[in-house]
Amino acid sequence: MSALAALFLRDLRIAVRIGGGAMMGVLFFLTVVALMPFAIGPDLALLQRIGPAILWIGALLASLLALDRLLSADLEDGSLDLLLMGGTPLELAVAAKALAHWLTTGLPLVIATPVFALFLNLDLTATAAVALTLLAGTPALTFIGLVGAGLTVTLRRGGILLSVLVLPLTIPVLIFGVAASNAAVVGPLPFGTPFTILCALTLVSLVIGPFAAALALRHGQE
Amino acid sequence: MGLIDLANPSRFLGFTDRILPWLIGVTGLLLAIGLYQVSLAPDDYQQGATVKIMFIHVPAAWLAMFGWSVMSLSALGTLVWRHPLADVAAKAAAPIGAAFTLLCLISGSLWGRPMWGTYWVWDARLTSVFVLFLMYLGVIALWRTIEEPTRAGRVVAILTLVGAINIPIIKYSVEFWNTLHQPASVMRLDGPTIHASILIPLLTMAIAFTLLFVTLHLAAMRNEILRRRVRMMQLMQAQAAPGH
Repeated sequence: MSALAALFLRDLRIAVRIGGGAMMGVLFFLTVVALMPFAIGPDLALLQRIGPAILWIGALLASLLALDRLLSADLEDGSLDLLLMGGTPLELAVAAKALAHWLTTGLPLVIATPVFALFLNLDLTATAAVALTLLAGTPALTFIGLVGAGLTVTLRRGGILLSVLVLPLTIPVLIFGVAASNAAVVGPLPFGTPFTILCALTLVSLVIGPFAAALALRHGQE
Repeated sequence: MGLIDLANPSRFLGFTDRILPWLIGVTGLLLAIGLYQVSLAPDDYQQGATVKIMFIHVPAAWLAMFGWSVMSLSALGTLVWRHPLADVAAKAAAPIGAAFTLLCLISGSLWGRPMWGTYWVWDARLTSVFVLFLMYLGVIALWRTIEEPTRAGRVVAILTLVGAINIPIIKYSVEFWNTLHQPASVMRLDGPTIHASILIPLLTMAIAFTLLFVTLHLAAMRNEILRRRVRMMQLMQAQAAPGH
């Protein structure tokens, strides 16, 4: 088994076995989605109109919160130093870690979306659109977050700073994700236009994220 | 004298000691000339005298993007060419660029109220400039969080380069999306569409603002160099203290 595959499987296993993984992210997603009707009021028509936005914001915040377990656990037990010194290219190593992180954090959010869409009175088209855009967009959130994680991993209280740094970079993903979801429901744009831009953003982040994060890890050492 | 000759901080301090008074004088002079030209410029037939907010708003917007470009160049200087004062330049430029961005947002907001009927609208250009402001604040926060200046410089350089994608987005946002903010009138392939009586004061103010940025930037770089010397002396004093 190659080193990359071993790293990927290790991250998957750790995320699944140790608490604070997938279920925590989904629980936070549920909390945010449940909080919105309390604040907005039980008007079902209104909730249906802004439902895609609520789901997207919940997914974004849940992804942000889960980011600090991407690299900081490895920093604490010394695995990060091994990765930096090891033979595998650091860019591929962090990409493998980010992929494992998405599978255990982002993908459960996507799977939970149809259930939570019921709370917001979304019909089938809207639910499918939101789920599809989240499936295309959550990898972007993870890989952009990877950049922030690489920049702040050595800081002691880097949690909030990580969110502050990552949030402006994820705004385009949010904009196009919600635009695509709304386009599927009300138009007049076809669903494909913002959706392809969303896919493009994800593909760009798949490239830029690992390179920027690897650079940050190398330069951020003491 | 190339940039590398200024890499020595003491030589840089001597260089700025000599040219900063001249820069301050020229900046003040150009600002005075610019404001005088603005006072002579004709009122717009629709907007009246309110159009003169443009003479602050547009140069501030140009300088906001210019600030991030200076930071990006400094970031390349830190990571690629390892210029010793590149991270000083980046750290000094961040608050100045943030201030120009805030000036752009506030002056635009005050202009929008009489013109568009609203202080704010989420159109493409306003949103992207607002995101630029958030990124400036993020960079300043990151500078203040990492203790050691050289390490902070390298980490912030990466964040600056990642955020540089926003500059072309701002520039071309009015062409990608047909929303409220007007399209480009000056920096176009076909040349500016503004009449000279308004274009000349605008360009004068832009040059004056740029010189203001350069003056403040050099002064801030001096302060940062001196601040690092103080920090180094404090560290040495703490190490030499008895019982250490």
